[in-house]
Amino acid sequence: MLIRSKSSNDLTENHVTDESVYKDRRQLLKKMGFVGAGALLAQSQSQAFSLFGDDDDEKAFEQRALKHTKSTIYTTDEKLTPEFKVTSHNNFYEFGTGKSDPSSNAQQFKVDPWTIKIEGLVEQPVELGYDDLFSAFDLEERIYRLRCVEAWSMVIPWIGFPLSKLLEKAKPLSSAKYVAFDTLYDPKQMPGQRSRFVGGGVQYPYVEGLTVEEAMNPLALMSVGLYGKTLPPQNGAPIRLVVPWKYGFKSIKSVVRIRLVSSEPPTTWKRLASNEYGFYANVNPAVSHPRWSQARERRITTGGLLDRNRIPTLPFNGYADQVAHLYRSLDLRKFY
Amino acid sequence: MRLKALHILLIKVVIHLAALTPVLLTYWQAVNDQLGGDPVKAIIHFTGLGAVKLLLISLAITPLALRFKQGLLINVRRLLGLYAYFYAVLHLASYLIFELQFEWGLFIKEIIERPYITVGMAAFIILTSLALTSTKSIQRKLGQIWQKLHNWVYLAIILAVVHFYWSVKSGILEPAIYAGLTIILLSFRKQKLSLALKRRAKNKQKLKK
Ligand code: HEM
Repeated sequence: MLIRSKSSNDLTENHVTDESVYKDRRQLLKKMGFVGAGALLAQSQSQAFSLFGDDDDEKAFEQRALKHTKSTIYTTDEKLTPEFKVTSHNNFYEFGTGKSDPSSNAQQFKVDPWTIKIEGLVEQPVELGYDDLFSAFDLEERIYRLRCVEAWSMVIPWIGFPLSKLLEKAKPLSSAKYVAFDTLYDPKQMPGQRSRFVGGGVQYPYVEGLTVEEAMNPLALMSVGLYGKTLPPQNGAPIRLVVPWKYGFKSIKSVVRIRLVSSEPPTTWKRLASNEYGFYANVNPAVSHPRWSQARERRITTGGLLDRNRIPTLPFNGYADQVAHLYRSLDLRKFY
Repeated sequence: MRLKALHILLIKVVIHLAALTPVLLTYWQAVNDQLGGDPVKAIIHFTGLGAVKLLLISLAITPLALRFKQGLLINVRRLLGLYAYFYAVLHLASYLIFELQFEWGLFIKEIIERPYITVGMAAFIILTSLALTSTKSIQRKLGQIWQKLHNWVYLAIILAVVHFYWSVKSGILEPAIYAGLTIILLSFRKQKLSLALKRRAKNKQKLKK
């Protein structure tokens, strides 16, 4: 199935309605001075947080349409996750640990100017500026499944270019065995980097890594957009990695540096809890996370609480044909 | 001013409204897909936090009544406790119905294998036994034993906060706030708790002899 752009627009409008209804309700409660109920309603850090700096009036980040072709290979006929859910349910601890924190705290994030460097064990270090992100390579839309380690998943139309093309530009040396990625470190803009409490105790900048073979796999995408437009900040603007056969935390956001290195680089979640998160982090229903069974997932699409959306999780998130050969000599129970 | 029966009645009406309105609103929103990206998680968090908040409020009643010499205030304790249990029931039911979608085998496995679920279940079992024995007539029948049984609420709140802390992937601000409140409320019972612990230690020694 290709994207029905009409229906996606409908959904955007829906979102606007939802949000205003939601805000109206909060306003109403506030007016009624319903403190008790209000306190019960504040469900998470996110909302507790927005009580301090109510940013309801701030202008939303401006996305613009991107010229692109639609991939006929990297697509699926599964139902898409509506745009408003893709852009309002995010793990991006730099902007807070609640799922809605990034969309409420990241709207002022500056993406232009931007520089991303490809360096390390390469013949020809490369530097791309903001405009290059959209012009250096042909942009293609690919519909990928995204499986979070927390056992929920989405289906998202990304726009981007293969990571391999970017790396080839820099001509990796044969001594390069791994690729290390860094997210922007800018505590002024990212409240989670200023305060341990907001940022969930993560050591910043967020770092991730792949083996060179993984990085060169055609599935590995550098994304600069979704749903036909540039990425919003909460989804990792202006450029992020998307590796759909791995748990979501591998798909690092707002990347400023890519280094080719000779040994396995540190990765953020492994550093935080190596018994729970490994370097490979391939989607694997057979290896259970200490806190979640990974055998099944809840697919987030339309439909509310009553939606029957629990589906089995597939090895490599359904991309085994493309990537399983990378791990033939690896014990995936040990290297999770 | 001393609170009279009428005041207590009014307070109870407010408690009913403040506890029920958010439930209706939140479930209504969740069913209509207006509760963010993942209504299921939002509901689980809302009901879990609601249970903890109500449990803490119910634990604040006795110290408040003592401090301000408002004997009648004790009468709202049962209602608050029952609402805490109501939220806990919704929490467990939502997990089972909407998260696991009735995968019973997995539910049993989760209770056994995941410490944070085990601890949540222990808290839930305690709260169930307290709710079932909460009527006046049972209280009268049980006498001394009733008070002993209901002292288990202290363990329930501790288990609930531990469950909360373990359920969070990383970041401890929010659970830490609730842990702090729990410690404060339990500190009002310092004497009672240390007495109980000492008695228990003595009993053990007796057994050894
Ligand atoms: C039968 C027992 C229980 C089960 C199976 C259970 C299950 C869960 C689950 C699945 C979560 C969400 C974890 C996540 O974020 O992925 C959770 C969170 C939570 N639960 Fe429970 N729970 C139980 C009992 C209780 C009880 C008795 C209380 C309180 C009195 C409670 C309070 C909480 C709180 C406060 C949270 C955190 C909410 C948040 O992060 O906003 N739970 N529980």
